[in-house]
Amino acid sequence: MSRLAGLLLAAGFLTSAPVHTALLVGGGAAVISGVVGVFTVIRGQAFAGHALADVSSAGGSLAFLLGVNPILGFLGMAGAAAAGMEAVGVRRLRGRDLATGVVLGAGLALAALFLYLDSTTTSTTGAAITVMFGSMFAIPAATGRLAAVVGGAALAGVALMYRPLLLASVDADLAAAQGVRVGGAGLMYALVLALSVALSAVTVGAILSTALLIGPAATALRLSRRPGQAMLVAAAIGLAATWLGILLAYDSYVWTPGHGWPVSFFIVTLIMAAHLLASRGRA
Amino acid sequence: MSGLAVERLSVALGGRPILREVSFEVAPGQFVGLIGSNGAGKTTLLRTILGFQAPAAGSVRRGSVGYVPQKILLDPDLPVRARDLVALGLDGSRLGLPLPSASRRRRVEEMLAAVDALAFADERIGRLSGGQQQRVLIAHALIRRPTLLLLDEPLANLDLHSAAGVVTLLGRLCREQGIAILISAHDMNPLLGVMDRIVYLADGRAAVGTVDEVVRGDVLSELYGHHVDVIRVHGRILVVVAPAAELAEPEQHATLLPPAPR
Repeated sequence: MSRLAGLLLAAGFLTSAPVHTALLVGGGAAVISGVVGVFTVIRGQAFAGHALADVSSAGGSLAFLLGVNPILGFLGMAGAAAAGMEAVGVRRLRGRDLATGVVLGAGLALAALFLYLDSTTTSTTGAAITVMFGSMFAIPAATGRLAAVVGGAALAGVALMYRPLLLASVDADLAAAQGVRVGGAGLMYALVLALSVALSAVTVGAILSTALLIGPAATALRLSRRPGQAMLVAAAIGLAATWLGILLAYDSYVWTPGHGWPVSFFIVTLIMAAHLLASRGRA
Repeated sequence: MSGLAVERLSVALGGRPILREVSFEVAPGQFVGLIGSNGAGKTTLLRTILGFQAPAAGSVRRGSVGYVPQKILLDPDLPVRARDLVALGLDGSRLGLPLPSASRRRRVEEMLAAVDALAFADERIGRLSGGQQQRVLIAHALIRRPTLLLLDEPLANLDLHSAAGVVTLLGRLCREQGIAILISAHDMNPLLGVMDRIVYLADGRAAVGTVDEVVRGDVLSELYGHHVDVIRVHGRILVVVAPAAELAEPEQHATLLPPAPR
């Protein structure tokens, strides 16, 4: 038993402070992405979710440049992009997709500039990898408190808007006939999405945060027919994949000659595996 | 007030007149069919009554309203059961998480029973048949006990059997609960047995009365501004509009049309 545990848990896993931070912040980000992701999927906004994450990388790379907490950079940029997309996109049919595409292009151009400046004007090495693909074991412990605030705000937003958002996701006219302000609900949701994306961007990185947002939620929709239950299932899948991914990445320092593989790789692979398993189980 | 009173209502979309001086009433317990071909202005009229669309002139007075929109596209994986959607009819606009409540659950159960939907109450709504979805949407619209129920083409895309079932259900709810019902349809035939009155829309104007008063060659010819034949065969009614009238530009019509019948 202890040998098995020794195989699974490489020495120091449970006592390492960076691992603790990764488990807490990564786990929190996974839970929140799962809950928010169910709305993203049923509203058909996977593209918007992915674009927000990509655009937020401009904020993350600017934060590196200015030396402020990256979570603030991710959040500021994602929030601005979310508000921009909602403001431009709701007026016309299919306007949302176009608005998302335009904002995405502009955001990535900024990211390219800031990442270039990061690599040329500061001594920060690997900023691009960290911003885009995350570096879970390098999250400063101080980020934990900020992450808790951001995550708490996202969950509070979902709880507050739960019924109006659900109804608007079924049909906008149905919601409007009940007195729901569909535009306001959409904006609130976009801001919650920005909070969630900013949080997962510091863990698995801006580009891979889509995987945490969409994968567990899409899997949960196959397994659950109730909205609240789907959110719990998505959160559980995300949490399990994240914690197991952290464990495997930590262990990979033992299997590989000293470097280890990125945590994000393991997490996303596990999420994909869960999705395939759930799809096969139903077929 | 309960029921509905529409008075000299005109609506324009993007500068184009869609409805011109439409007037009619629906009293509590009355079943009124809003009949007209595609593009006649039925959906615009319903959206204006709901307050989604501002009128250019005229007024709408109504009581509390329940609404069944036209063709909802639902993903089969949407994690919302029939009973969840009915519950959202009760308190879907409220903020915060719904707390478990026995009275809420009982009310949803009663409403599902009233529309004969208990058998599929735990299915995802996206996986129900068209007729089953309509029943659930009607329950969603009625659970707050509105005095007026608006339905936009609820029979479109239903097979004859399901359509007859929905019509029978609506007729029963109308009479037993005294609800005022306004239902739009491009085909009036499935509704002939239950309609008290008809609002016939053509080119944005309305002829109002009983089916026998309105669906006549002379009345509809005047409404369309073009020769119309009304053919009754096997208890069904066919309205045949000469093709040229359908193809002509609305603006050209307007100059040819006599004053709207009241």
